Amino acid sequence: MEDKILLAHGSGGRLAHDLVAKSFVKTLANPLLDKLDDSAVFEVSGRLAFTTDSYVVSPIFFPGGDIGKLAVCGTVNDLAMSGAKPLYLSLAFIIEEGFLLSELEKIVNSVQKAADEAGVEIVTGDTKVVPRGSADKLFINTAGVGVIPDGVDIGGDKAQVGDKVILNGAIGDHGIAVMSQREGLSFATTLKSDCAPLGGLVAEMLDASQNINCLRDPTRGGLATTLNELASQSKVSIRIEEKDIPVREAVLGACEMLGFDPLYVANEGKLVAIVPPGDADKVLKAMKNNKYGKDAVIIGEVAAKPAGRVVMKTVLGAHRIVDMLVGDLLPRIC
Amino acid sequence: MKYITEFRRSELAQGLISHIRHSSKTPARFMEFCGGHTVTIFRYGIRQVLPRNIEMVSGPGCPICVTANADLDKAIALAQIPGVIIATFGDMLKVPGSRSSLQKIKADGAEVMTVYSTMDALKIAADNPDKPVVFLGIGFETTAPTVAASILQAEERGIKNYYVLSLHKLCPPVIRTLLDAGEVELQGLVCPGHVSTIIGSHPWEFIANEYGIPCVISGFEPLDVLQCVDMLVGQVEKGESKVEIAYRRGVRPEGNRQALKLMEQVFEPCPANWRGIGEVAGSGLKLREKYRRFDAEANFAIKPGPVVEPAGCICGDILRGVKTPADCPLFGRVCLPESPVGPCMVSSEGSCSAYYLYGEGRGG
Repeated sequence: MEDKILLAHGSGGRLAHDLVAKSFVKTLANPLLDKLDDSAVFEVSGRLAFTTDSYVVSPIFFPGGDIGKLAVCGTVNDLAMSGAKPLYLSLAFIIEEGFLLSELEKIVNSVQKAADEAGVEIVTGDTKVVPRGSADKLFINTAGVGVIPDGVDIGGDKAQVGDKVILNGAIGDHGIAVMSQREGLSFATTLKSDCAPLGGLVAEMLDASQNINCLRDPTRGGLATTLNELASQSKVSIRIEEKDIPVREAVLGACEMLGFDPLYVANEGKLVAIVPPGDADKVLKAMKNNKYGKDAVIIGEVAAKPAGRVVMKTVLGAHRIVDMLVGDLLPRIC
Repeated sequence: MKYITEFRRSELAQGLISHIRHSSKTPARFMEFCGGHTVTIFRYGIRQVLPRNIEMVSGPGCPICVTANADLDKAIALAQIPGVIIATFGDMLKVPGSRSSLQKIKADGAEVMTVYSTMDALKIAADNPDKPVVFLGIGFETTAPTVAASILQAEERGIKNYYVLSLHKLCPPVIRTLLDAGEVELQGLVCPGHVSTIIGSHPWEFIANEYGIPCVISGFEPLDVLQCVDMLVGQVEKGESKVEIAYRRGVRPEGNRQALKLMEQVFEPCPANWRGIGEVAGSGLKLREKYRRFDAEANFAIKPGPVVEPAGCICGDILRGVKTPADCPLFGRVCLPESPVGPCMVSSEGSCSAYYLYGEGRGG
């Protein structure tokens, strides 16, 4: 019989120690973690960025990633969106009793792989096991810290009239890839989640120009919701062109079938940058040289009015409002 | 051939738009019956690119929107029977009935499960043999055949705990009712694409022949709708009225014979209650006597209580094409997508939702 997580694995006793030693510390090894003290202790200098996120994706393994990779990339990206260089992450598991040990190890391996790529270390962690039925398989929380380089000043309220809006590639891949695996909805697609750590891309963008005003990753709620947040925080209008927004044919097809608009479908490796017009070409060029920005494109610009609104020029040349996502995405019925 | 991007190509659209602008001389009001078309029209801004003498009005073709409160209340009452599992398409969850919504009673502990197809509902029944599973059969001719198929499969597999609350509605009879009422004068009808995939083009012929109104069956991409409008303008300018199919990749004149056969086998026409329109003879589908044991209404004692209509809501007038969401005092103020008063704001294919989401009547 395959090894499974037992309640005792979260008890703090012998089994718990073994699990931490064998399944976590061995894989995630680094000097700060290896000490196994109550806190990781390290020095930093400069302005700190600090963020946290919880990951409850279902299913936990999906094309292009799993919950472990997502838990690293999501938090790394939140740090990167404030212009920070991500440094250290915490990693906390809530595991349902009976979860397969082999799957846990697979997830920890992808945590490490993603952390390696992102250039961050997992320096502290926690494991809790809850009785069967009290959680759905496995949840992860990560928190992260990073340092913001001098001269970088990024915020959702800093978009200026005339700025260009840049997107780093096709939207909707993550949401559709995950949904394609959902029970009751499974459909065949070759799509993979775009889940990726964007710290490196952001660092190269900031090397090209420190004048980037806004950065944000359009995750849940999709591109539409992110643009609305930025328009609202900066009290400006964001004008985008439908024809310039990259969407893969497979995403378009799935969206038609499910009654979704790709503008609202989740991404995990995308970012929106709002950049002064004079710096846009430099930033775009730097993005195109990075594998996570090679399809980067200018999708629109910032205007004064109507403040707080996103307006899209459709492929027919008409204009319409792009609103925030309301509630959950639901399938159409006819 | 690519079936999506090809039908959204800007340069082809510009050609159609300029053809419509050149050929349209006579003022004309066209109704798009189907909520799917309403969404396309707003999502791509089609009203903005049409010449001024063409007016588009939205019709009652949103199955959620036309479901009367009395029927919604039945669904909610069913869900409140202990042990009953309700399986439904997701759009139904948020629609407010007289006193509650499926979403609210779900939060109170009712078992309401969202499914993506009728076969998922049947699977829930097979997996829970000790609990009655009721599928909410809401939809037009497009959905009814799949529900019929699920009932036949339940019979074949001996699944005894599967039931359907049949609130299905048929499109052609309600159009006759709207035209007879004479509240909205139409010079053309954009006929529903996917309903026609099932029923074909012949059931629309009475509109062209008896009422002299041009009919064109349209697909759902922006080029489809523009082509449809172009063909309607063509008929108007030539003084013709006939049924044409613009959506040739989806519709044959005879429809889908197999789907029609399934529907015929399991259902028979009955009167149905349409929100804002009232009872329309022969516009509903009920289970035939032979399949009575799958009929939720026949097998459960449902006591929904008196019907209460939402005060101030003009969804009924909007569904008849008499008023637009912008005429409603609640629209965008009290009635919002996150707190809908009427069903037209709830359903993704409702007029109010499309007006609101895409900014019509909200400035911008």
